[in-house]
Amino acid sequence: MPAFNQSRGGIIQIIFAVVFIVILGQLINLQLFSVKYKLAAESNAIFRKVVYPDRGIIFDRKRKAILENTISYDLVVIPSETKGIDTMSLCGLLNIDAAEYKKRMRDIIFKTGNVRIGVFETLLSPETYARLNENIYKFPGFSLTERSVRSYPYHIAAHVLGYVAEVDTSFLRRHKDEGYLMGDYAGFTGLERSYEKVLMGQRGVKNFIRDNKSRIQGSYENGVYDTTAIAGKNIHTSLDVELQKLGEQLMTNKVGSIVAIDPKTGGILCMVSAPTYDPNFLTGNQRRKHFAELFLDPRNPFNNRGMGTYYSPGSTFKTVVGIVGLTEGVIDARTTVTCNGYFAGCGTGRPKCLDKGTFVFKEAVAHSDNTYFSTVYKRTLDQPRYGGADSALKVFNRYAYSFGLGRKLGIDLPSEKRGNIPVSSDYRKIFGPRWHSCNVISNAIGQGEVNTTLVQLANVMAIIANKGWYYTPHLVDSIEGGDDYQLLDAFKTKHYTDKNIPDSIFEAVQDGMQAVVDYGTAVRSKIPGITVCGKTGTVENYAKVNGRMEPQVDHSFFGAFAPRENPKIAIAVICENAGQGAWNAAPIASLLIEKYLRDSITGKERQAKVEEFTNKNLIPRLMRLAMAKRDSLQQVKEAQLLLQQRISREGNDSADMEENVEPETKPAPAKPVNRPLPKKKTGTPAILINEDKKNKKNYRIS
Amino acid sequence: MNNRNNISQGVDWTIIWLYAILVLIGILCIFMVEYRTDTDWLQTFLSGKTNYSRQLIFAGLCTIIATFILLTDSKLFTALANLLYAFGILLMLATFVFGRNISGSKSWIPIGGGFNLQPAELCKIFTALALAKFLSRQETDFSKLKSQLIAGLIVVAPAVLSILQHELGLALVYSAFLMAMYREGLPAQILIFASSFGILVIATLILDPNILALALTIIAGIIFFLVRKQNRKSKSLLVMIVSIWLLCVGTQRFVVPYIFNNVLECYQSTRIYSMVGREYDCTLNKKSERKSGEKAVRKPDDYNVRQSKIAIGSGGLTGRGFLKGTQTRGKYVPEQHTDFIFTSLGEAFGFTGCVIFLSIYLFLLYRIVRMAERQRSTFSRVYAYSVASILFFHIAVNVSMTIGLFPIVGIPLPLISYGGSSLLTFTVLIFILLRLDADRQMVLR
Repeated sequence: MPAFNQSRGGIIQIIFAVVFIVILGQLINLQLFSVKYKLAAESNAIFRKVVYPDRGIIFDRKRKAILENTISYDLVVIPSETKGIDTMSLCGLLNIDAAEYKKRMRDIIFKTGNVRIGVFETLLSPETYARLNENIYKFPGFSLTERSVRSYPYHIAAHVLGYVAEVDTSFLRRHKDEGYLMGDYAGFTGLERSYEKVLMGQRGVKNFIRDNKSRIQGSYENGVYDTTAIAGKNIHTSLDVELQKLGEQLMTNKVGSIVAIDPKTGGILCMVSAPTYDPNFLTGNQRRKHFAELFLDPRNPFNNRGMGTYYSPGSTFKTVVGIVGLTEGVIDARTTVTCNGYFAGCGTGRPKCLDKGTFVFKEAVAHSDNTYFSTVYKRTLDQPRYGGADSALKVFNRYAYSFGLGRKLGIDLPSEKRGNIPVSSDYRKIFGPRWHSCNVISNAIGQGEVNTTLVQLANVMAIIANKGWYYTPHLVDSIEGGDDYQLLDAFKTKHYTDKNIPDSIFEAVQDGMQAVVDYGTAVRSKIPGITVCGKTGTVENYAKVNGRMEPQVDHSFFGAFAPRENPKIAIAVICENAGQGAWNAAPIASLLIEKYLRDSITGKERQAKVEEFTNKNLIPRLMRLAMAKRDSLQQVKEAQLLLQQRISREGNDSADMEENVEPETKPAPAKPVNRPLPKKKTGTPAILINEDKKNKKNYRIS
Repeated sequence: MNNRNNISQGVDWTIIWLYAILVLIGILCIFMVEYRTDTDWLQTFLSGKTNYSRQLIFAGLCTIIATFILLTDSKLFTALANLLYAFGILLMLATFVFGRNISGSKSWIPIGGGFNLQPAELCKIFTALALAKFLSRQETDFSKLKSQLIAGLIVVAPAVLSILQHELGLALVYSAFLMAMYREGLPAQILIFASSFGILVIATLILDPNILALALTIIAGIIFFLVRKQNRKSKSLLVMIVSIWLLCVGTQRFVVPYIFNNVLECYQSTRIYSMVGREYDCTLNKKSERKSGEKAVRKPDDYNVRQSKIAIGSGGLTGRGFLKGTQTRGKYVPEQHTDFIFTSLGEAFGFTGCVIFLSIYLFLLYRIVRMAERQRSTFSRVYAYSVASILFFHIAVNVSMTIGLFPIVGIPLPLISYGGSSLLTFTVLIFILLRLDADRQMVLR
């Protein structure tokens, strides 16, 4: 029998062989010819951890660090390992309740899963960190990880330094090829943004092996493919910490800005925008709260008024008009003009002048005579040799542009405004083709359509100080380890004003500006022992209130440089709605000049002035109203909330709170809690903000 | 060793060596899967808590049992064959009473000490013995339909019980006995019929029903055209062609959908469909419909196969090296120490390793077939073929499923996969064969 069917044994062997060959074929396909499985395996198992470098440090001109890094701690947790911990005591340490704990855990599990590390609380305060660090052994699954955060040891220059924030999708879209990933931080404003490339450093990558639940199993191939993080480069700015600090102190409870430039280099010595905020507010774990608070502030503290808002320059513009008039020969230093109370050249009785009398150029500058400069401007535009107002304005504008007006200066901060130097096509639209000098006469005194940023004004002062040249104002002097991206090249070219204005003309203007401080409009801001050349400005302005343009208190302006020989500082100050230039802007500027040139304020009287101006509250009326409204609305909301919680409250409490929010303001509105509560007023705050924004835009004269 | 020397008379040492090598490879593979860089492997090894140390304990146990088997008399197996078979069937029935639910199939009996026994595994041995016993009876004439049906019944009984235990994989293994029966004279038509049915099922899955029906009609037409001369002589050929055509279309139209929708579980249908790269709509499945009240239907996915293919594919020509496989260390392949053990080998040692490994298996299979052919007694020969068929079926299906050639069914890789029952079963299977082979000059009945 065994021989029977023996051939079938062979067939069975053939079947074995065939099946094995098929298997072998698939193995060849999988292992030798398919690349995708190798790639899939890598994406499965290799976890690329990005190692963030420390961002670069920003120093001031005296090598003091004004923006550096500190270590902050995050509380992280692996939810699956937290079984059986004392939740209550942890909640006690963190000041949260059990419901919040559960909610956070749920969120973490939802976001990162049960076995991976999730962030339970970010950026712990030092006290919380200390408390947790002692007790962390009691909470298995929880641990503290450090991370580097920005810190501002002097609490100053928020607008200049800017802040970093987590990148969002629109940022990623704009910076597609620069290697940013979701969750990265990038500079969003100020120097943090302009010098992002330099400050960010180079991220490192560590390769880890991870398991199917994304738990790290160890380093991949012992780190052969890892790259180390390279720290960001430090940058040195021209800022002067002491000057900036004093500037911010003096601008307390004022709205406005100060820009000071070193005329020799174009380096910005200080750039204050008031109201300002402590930049450290935007780093800690309260960041979101603070951000919302600042964002909703009617005074708009995020706006850098040094270059993000433009103003009519007012009488400070007369210096430019004078230089143009002198250079073009329509007047000379000895030309006299008489003012009988107003400029008669156009028959409108405008603009008026404050001091009646007959002025030569120097006196006209010293006393800020409107008639004189209206005459100069009218003469310039009416010069027959230019052949009409259009081309005459072109001639005038060529000067203005060469003074850095009407165009972006190219300062190394983001979102600089360009200001406005009106051109003839603007006027053709308004007045028709036959417009003439009288239509635009208010430009002569820096009102009208002329708009400048404060940096531009400070730069004009620097140009006059230098007698005809300037470097583009900038903050960063040098980058440690070289300027690889050519960011600083633009600040190394010297710009000359057009047409080589002779020094004698600058001398004449400087004479006038010195007279302003010696015995003119700004005589009260004289600094004993320092020759200051300055020019006050008092700018009429209007704001839309209830749909009507209403005149507001004048803006206070002052532009200056000092000392006259070998100038070291050029400065421009604006205090919004603070009256005449001489009242507020000039004294503030004089204090800063003294501080910079002498390193301190000398004399009791001068020190008292520092006190006086620090304590002055010059918040514009409209903003005060808006703030009071916001505060009271907030109180109404809070009161409603408390009522809902059935907790009775005394009216006095709310009054206390009011004072806590803004001690300087004594808002007029009745105590909101005492009057019957409005049913629904949720829409109001939004309207309030919108109105406020409109107002801001309308500061310029219309 | 004294014992060994006494009993080693006539024992095929090649197979014992192959067996030892495979078991060793198995333990190393399980070690690869379990290995953690941050733990002291020696300590965990000695603690006996890990799967590889347990497998080693099983291996030791198996050595003892193997020795006992070699010490027995071959006549014992012929004598006990039917009794053991009855005992096996009884055990399988017992699972319905004492069974323990492990990952969805109620096919385990707890035997204490944390160990569980899977009777269906053991039943393979008993079935092989019973089949051998039946076919070696003097009065059995396997060319008769009656004998064929009885032999079929012996095989089908445990298979049906396995299906009832939701162990489709184990049930499928019993189809391996077809091969042994084929060797003993089962008409080839049955195999041909079975394979053409398989082809038809696959075609139904891949092709649109109408196109397939059209294709079948065209094929029938062509055959009709080719044989039209003979056709004139006899009408019966025409009838046969038409009836085959009807059978095919009927299968394709009604039988296959019926099997997928009513016989198979939803997940099984899904797995088979995903094999050919299609999605199975579970709402059609009657069984899942019935269950829908209990739990939501799981979303069909081919995660296992995908990960398994990734692991094997990433091995390349030479592999990543022992303990260096990222997919193995990351535990990406589910059930990697049991059914998907081949992936760890494929990743660590690559194509070269796989070829060497499969060659060992192939060598073992050919060795067993050669051994079968040298038996004097039908009992030994049928048994040997049964062992070869079972081994072959396990290897082919398991490896094919890890490389995506076969739907996923729970079939372990012989001697390699972690699992006491499985290792014990194959040990007993092989060593009974060795015992029988040692007495190949005897005529056993």
